[in-house]
Amino acid sequence: MTLTGPTRRRVLKTGAAFAGALGTLSATSFAAGQDGPTVGFIYVGPKDDFGYNQAHAEGAAAVKAMAGVTVVEEENVAETVDVQKSMESMINFDGAALLFPTSFGYFDPHIIKVAPGHPEVRFQHAAGLWQEGVHPSNVGSYFGYIGLGQYLNGMVAGHMTRSGKLGFVAAKPIPQVLQNINSFLLGAREVNPAVTCQVIFTGEWSLAVKEAEATNALADAGCDVITCHVDGPKVVMETAAGRDCFVCGYHANQAPLAPEKYLTGAEWNWPGVYTRMVRTVIDGGTIPNFDRGGLAEGYIKMSPLGPAVTDAARARFEATKAEMTKGGFAAYRGPLMDNTGKRILGPNEVFVETDIALESMNYLVEGVIGATS
Amino acid sequence: MNGTELGLWAIPLAILGGAIRVSTPFLFVSLGEVLTERSGRINLGLEGTLVFGAMSGYAIACVTGLPWAGVLAAAGAGSLFGLVHGLVCSLPRVNDIAVGISLMLLGTGLAYFFGKPFIQPVAPDLPALELGWWSDLPQVQAALRVNVLFPVGILAALLLWWMFRATRIGLLVRVVGDSTDAARAMGLRPAFIRTLATAAGGAFAGVGGAYLSLFYPGSWNEGISSGQGLMAVALVIFARWNPIACLGAALLFGGAGALGPALQSVGIPDGYYLFYAMPYVMTLGVLIATSSPGRAMAGAPGELSISK
Repeated sequence: MTLTGPTRRRVLKTGAAFAGALGTLSATSFAAGQDGPTVGFIYVGPKDDFGYNQAHAEGAAAVKAMAGVTVVEEENVAETVDVQKSMESMINFDGAALLFPTSFGYFDPHIIKVAPGHPEVRFQHAAGLWQEGVHPSNVGSYFGYIGLGQYLNGMVAGHMTRSGKLGFVAAKPIPQVLQNINSFLLGAREVNPAVTCQVIFTGEWSLAVKEAEATNALADAGCDVITCHVDGPKVVMETAAGRDCFVCGYHANQAPLAPEKYLTGAEWNWPGVYTRMVRTVIDGGTIPNFDRGGLAEGYIKMSPLGPAVTDAARARFEATKAEMTKGGFAAYRGPLMDNTGKRILGPNEVFVETDIALESMNYLVEGVIGATS
Repeated sequence: MNGTELGLWAIPLAILGGAIRVSTPFLFVSLGEVLTERSGRINLGLEGTLVFGAMSGYAIACVTGLPWAGVLAAAGAGSLFGLVHGLVCSLPRVNDIAVGISLMLLGTGLAYFFGKPFIQPVAPDLPALELGWWSDLPQVQAALRVNVLFPVGILAALLLWWMFRATRIGLLVRVVGDSTDAARAMGLRPAFIRTLATAAGGAFAGVGGAYLSLFYPGSWNEGISSGQGLMAVALVIFARWNPIACLGAALLFGGAGALGPALQSVGIPDGYYLFYAMPYVMTLGVLIATSSPGRAMAGAPGELSISK
């Protein structure tokens, strides 16, 4: 029996020719249309979530404003093989030379799987996971000392609390989150040594109802200043303000959500960092594989102080912030115990902001009510 | 300290508060699903309807400034989704479960697409009844801050129960759900009645979504539902297709969900992942405890594709 219609072979052949033509078309149009690099940004959630993703998207917007640079973005990309597909398509179809896959879980195994196949492309990942000799050399890690921002948050919170109890809604007990919780409490204890901080882990980065429940539970327990480390702090901020608690922001500026109750917030300053990295690429330089910074290097910034903040709190906040801006600030000073009674630092020991020991933190300091598991 | 320390009393209070706050979407979606399944169809798409209801309710409340207009819009959008499900399933040889799953994906996808501009704006919340006015404790006041939709849901559960039991409409739905042949012999149009029941069920699910975005947690974003719509469909089986039992199941689920945060807040932090699994463990436990080989699927409508 013979087939006169489209055979399988013929369909495949036509398809291949068509795909080839498309490929040349897009390659030529990109070669003709631009002089600067194409930069790709991938977000794990919506880019206007008042949180982690919005902070990165603000950085992407600043890069887009640079002359000659093309920006491609994709949001709601899961930390699965999906992100590998997104990266491949940004490289192969959009001609991206620099990628910012921004979520923590994109790194292992996704970035380290895709990167070796594209040595000409630079992968920049936001967390401190890159290791010399272990990971591909076209991959870089960058991160900011946002714990210092939480320390400043805590300082204002320590001034403003009446019950002496602070609340923290946390996603997962990983080092970055634990460091934020501890820094928040240590900042508060700097101005009021009797303050405690109650932490509630929700177990996930984004769970609206559970975050609201956790915030209510903190308010029920008497906490009157609440902050958080979840991907989108919108629910925590609105719920806490609704329970008449003060709030400190995280990731981005959440002041519009609770204008009266917002004290200040620890924000990422990705516009500054990203434009600097893209400028380095345009100028033909290399971005360091391992890049860090705090207030001094412009990696983080603080939200403007809210209307409720007292003059005493404002003075203390500004003074400490000025000290941090000099660099080398030590939020962790001995003697320091964890909340199970184990010694962390001896009487004259300190962890300065750059100390690598901070990045493997697996404890909650004395004064934090909660457990890491 | 400020004299509002509750100690371990905080736990039952939190469970009560959580039961009231968290249960409402479960209640509405499961009531909608009871109505649909009693007519002989399964609509698995209610998760998508819930998310679309949350989005459309928030969007309309944002634009008009009227939260109740948002609830109406959510109900309307929900019934539209139900209508589509009902009509498609009325075609010959269409599987209601497959249609439900595709509508679930369509609903969430459309909600994300149309909901994009409404993530940032703040919509007015639905009003709450302050049933804790008699107490001086802020915790009690907060726990008894009940949204109007909660008593409406209780009323709806009672009405549905009465409808199935004592009214002509209830009888029609039940006949259609128990035997297509018997319904035809009586001169009824099963497909028509099922389509109406599915549309009404969709409206319930839409209102459940509006509760999420307009009261608790009270904002629209793409992660607003953590599977409430799907769990509610399971709760219907748990509740043996009885609207009153749905109310109980929703309250139980809400209360168990509040246990994890409440225990951490009174300083019992160990094993919170286990406590977060509590609602599911309890569901499993009750299902096992109430099951028996003799009367499996007791109360299930005869025309349901899972019991046929």
